[in-house]
Amino acid sequence: MTTEALARPRLFTTAWLPRYGVYAAILLLIAYNIAFTPYFLTLSNLRIQLIQAAPVVIVAMGMALVIGTEGIDLSVGSVMALAAALIPLYLGYGVIAAILVSLLAGVAVGLANGLLVAKVGLQPIVATLALFVGGRGLAVVISGGQLKDVRNEDFLYLGSGDLLQIPVLVWIAALLVAVVGFTVRRTVFGRRLLAIGGNRPAAELAGLPVKRVLIGVYVLCAVLASIAGLLSVSRIQSSDASAVGLLIELSAITAVVVGGTPLTGGRVRVLGTVAGALLMQLVVATMIKHDLPPSTTEMVQAVIILVAVYVARERRTR
Amino acid sequence: MSVTLPAGSGRMAGVVRRQGALAVLLAVVVVSLALFPGFRSLDNAGTILVAAAPPMLIALGMTFVIITGGIDLSVGSLYVLGGVVAAWASPYGFVAALAAPLLLCGAIGVLNGVLISRTGMAPFIVTLAALLGARGLMRSISDEGSTTYLVENDAFHRLGTGSLLGVGIQVWLTAVLVALGVVLLNRTRFGHAVQAIGGSEDAAALMGLPVRRIKVGVYLLSGLLAGLAGAINAAKLGSGVTVLGGGMELDAIAAVVIGGTLLTGGSGSIAGTVAGVLLLGVLQNLINQNGDVNSNWQQVISGAFLAAVVVAQTYLARARRTRSP
Repeated sequence: MTTEALARPRLFTTAWLPRYGVYAAILLLIAYNIAFTPYFLTLSNLRIQLIQAAPVVIVAMGMALVIGTEGIDLSVGSVMALAAALIPLYLGYGVIAAILVSLLAGVAVGLANGLLVAKVGLQPIVATLALFVGGRGLAVVISGGQLKDVRNEDFLYLGSGDLLQIPVLVWIAALLVAVVGFTVRRTVFGRRLLAIGGNRPAAELAGLPVKRVLIGVYVLCAVLASIAGLLSVSRIQSSDASAVGLLIELSAITAVVVGGTPLTGGRVRVLGTVAGALLMQLVVATMIKHDLPPSTTEMVQAVIILVAVYVARERRTR
Repeated sequence: MSVTLPAGSGRMAGVVRRQGALAVLLAVVVVSLALFPGFRSLDNAGTILVAAAPPMLIALGMTFVIITGGIDLSVGSLYVLGGVVAAWASPYGFVAALAAPLLLCGAIGVLNGVLISRTGMAPFIVTLAALLGARGLMRSISDEGSTTYLVENDAFHRLGTGSLLGVGIQVWLTAVLVALGVVLLNRTRFGHAVQAIGGSEDAAALMGLPVRRIKVGVYLLSGLLAGLAGAINAAKLGSGVTVLGGGMELDAIAAVVIGGTLLTGGSGSIAGTVAGVLLLGVLQNLINQNGDVNSNWQQVISGAFLAAVVVAQTYLARARRTRSP
């Protein structure tokens, strides 16, 4: 901010837009819907919106961490598919076993990504591209390419049940958001992560365990994606490895970027990412309610992404 | 951080990277010739080349984009859009069927380039938006995917199905464009500027190169080639298929990377990209040939190959670099 700007505070500025624009957009969209969309302000509708946004929010949390290190993770959809494929195979051994196995699959993929990025020195987009390509194929191979119904009541509670009249899925997403927010803001790991994203050579010179932190970040991202995968199975009550998490990497990256996290790393906006995911969900819901076709929705989403990034860009150059 | 090679001192390493893909391709072909009788026929070679033509065109444009240090995620959508528009325009004649996709996809490419070079927004984001926008456009042209336009022009249809001297016309066309691409990258001022921008954009600007215009040109090229690839595919299939070209952009990036072009820009070769595309094509062909191999394994093997080749290249380049100062 220049001294001139300090001396003469302007009443109408756009300086708040990069940081709070996404919240303003959500409020505007909600206001519009309350005014013009019948049945928008009903409990069942709000529930549906939150349930539909939850998997993207969870995946986007991990993506935000990775992007904070100036990385990117294209493999999250494949990880969801892997987790989803493993659930019906291991539910026979109990709910906990099935969940643990799919989380372990996430850990394995995250380790592979992290090692390729941190130790081999591949660019994140290339390192995660390999598992983007291969991971879903593996998931389909594991599941035998078949859609499998899941009937275990305990497991279905996670994605389809309610706690205090709020879907368990939403509680879990909120909890994970809190955990990621705490990690970024309050832990040494979070500070190191941001330092690496901000200036990796400096972080290396400062003696930070750069490789370990990077591996940790990719493992976290993959584990969050596998949680999203198993929750999707629980919500849909069936597992289809060729469909779960398809194109979710694009939705997650969009949520992160619209939420104000720069792709250049060094900063993570956790709540902004949640807002970004909710905004995209609301846009889709609004257009569906007004009988606008998916094609229009996609074009509007494209414009929103460009506007959000353009606005954020102005702030950085100022 | 990937190994970033300074121009000149990294020449040896560059050769290793480039020939790495070619060496793996040759090895795979030799082994396949020995092991799989079905692979040996000339017909099969033709099948591989015809199937590789559209991905080759897309990867050609992607190579230019990546050498400038950019990336183009929109090409998969432009490929599908190009096919639908070509089929839609085919009743109006051969020229219309070819011009319509080129104009539309070229325009979107220019839009990408202008947004990237004028606003400083990340290529990843701009072209991600274009991916969504082009997909939306394709769906609205095809009535949300419910209308399939048939190719109603014999001359245009022949572009995808005809052959000359026993080789598919689209293969000839692709070969000519690849050759032109090599000349454009290595023998013209535009090509040299592309490489200079990828090496260091600031230095290129200080040298007085028209950085913005070159960037727009690169994304225009990428858009045009993706549109053309879609048009050729429509000509081959006889209709504009609205099934999403999901993954085409990532396949192209994978081929370019396997071919030894650095995603950080500044260095890369079209020959490597050709080897990368053919390598992925041969793998697919081998798996299609062997009925006992589940087609889902194709993705697994492609992914494993991508990882193995890229990791090997990285280590080879690093070893060479430390040995020759």
